[in-house]
Amino acid sequence: MILLINKIISIKEATDMVKDGMTVMVGGFLANGTPENIIDALVEKNVKNLTLICNDTGFPDKGVGKMVVNKQFKKMIVSHVGTNPETAAQMNSGETEVVLTPQGTLAEQVRCGGNGLGGFYTPTGVGTEAAEGKEHKVMDGREYILETALKADVALIRASVADKKGNLKFNKTMRNFNPIMATAAALVIVEADRIVEIGEIEPEHVMCSGIFVDYIVGGDK
Amino acid sequence: MDAKVVIAKRVAQLLNDGNVVNLGIGLPTIVANHIPEGMDITFHSENGFLGLGPVPQEGSEDWELVNAGGMPSSIVPGGMYFDSATSFSIIRGGHVDATVLGAMEVDEKGNLANWKIPGKMVPGMGGAMDLVVGAKTVIISMIHTQKGKPKILKQCTLPLTAKEQVDIIVTEMALIRVTKDGLVLEEIGPGVTVEDVVAATEANLIISPNLKRFGTEYLN
Repeated sequence: MILLINKIISIKEATDMVKDGMTVMVGGFLANGTPENIIDALVEKNVKNLTLICNDTGFPDKGVGKMVVNKQFKKMIVSHVGTNPETAAQMNSGETEVVLTPQGTLAEQVRCGGNGLGGFYTPTGVGTEAAEGKEHKVMDGREYILETALKADVALIRASVADKKGNLKFNKTMRNFNPIMATAAALVIVEADRIVEIGEIEPEHVMCSGIFVDYIVGGDK
Repeated sequence: MDAKVVIAKRVAQLLNDGNVVNLGIGLPTIVANHIPEGMDITFHSENGFLGLGPVPQEGSEDWELVNAGGMPSSIVPGGMYFDSATSFSIIRGGHVDATVLGAMEVDEKGNLANWKIPGKMVPGMGGAMDLVVGAKTVIISMIHTQKGKPKILKQCTLPLTAKEQVDIIVTEMALIRVTKDGLVLEEIGPGVTVEDVVAATEANLIISPNLKRFGTEYLN
């Protein structure tokens, strides 16, 4: 008989695994599809000096923005900060380093990190500040720059439905960075709106395999 | 008529039946309201879906379905959701026919600046840098000047979003095409003269021998 590993843990157990100085990927796009309960628990835990990899810095009262307001990041690798004035304030005061990255480059860096690739050549950013200091290469008459893969110590993602193996389904636009981040971190914790029995999500409808997911929290929606 | 609507209507007429189109936040979004009757346009939303539909009515918003500005949106029949990596494969892979974006500055070479004013405002580039290199046609839609100061320049002064990628500029005053010879003024907007456009533009303009006027029909 196969013993099933129990992946379901409490929020406290989940946040205990997030330690000072870690690199953290957080799913979501302007807080749509962000694991809000884990974020709230991390604000309370007040873990510090983290490096953030996320599409954006959310809003001061929504998404990963709450951790920005609480000054928990020493570095942020993001594509957009315009919806959270606190990010700009910390950037201008020098408290936080912000690496602004084109959104498609960021997504592909994460994808490469989880796909065993060292990096990729992209035409995005050629001739702009985003290309400064990067290797340039002309292929088939077009100029590209080299971007390297991103990985993290922990990925905090959100799913609409998780089965007990960690197979995930994302509703509507809440998918965004969540399934790719699940492949690119040493430890993957998913906050699920609903937890169901194995087999309840049809194999055709699984959007992220449970092999990528270490722990599941939530399920109370 | 509102200058933004004049611009949106002209931009909508540049699109072709069957196109896949990505609209930026703000003024470009209005283009969706003016697609000519019977034209099938598939809108791409870079946060992760094809088939972007109208803004939902107040009270029927669904916060699981938002647009690239994070606001409640809708999806039309035949649409599809995907992750962010796939979304930008669609963009960089050349599967988007046209992108419509706003600008802080555009110049004679088709350079675009719209993501940063050093020391003042640094919102970040979001998906703009990918969109302008990936989309087949890059259309800039904007008010012609900023507080009376030209935005169409000989050379951009702000940090670039992309080098030499802009194809067409549509303002309430003009439709300008970027060519290897420079900027060609092809059309002038309602109620303005060529002299008005030249005075509001820092860049050199080549006046098309087939100069037309757009937007007069909207004035009736």
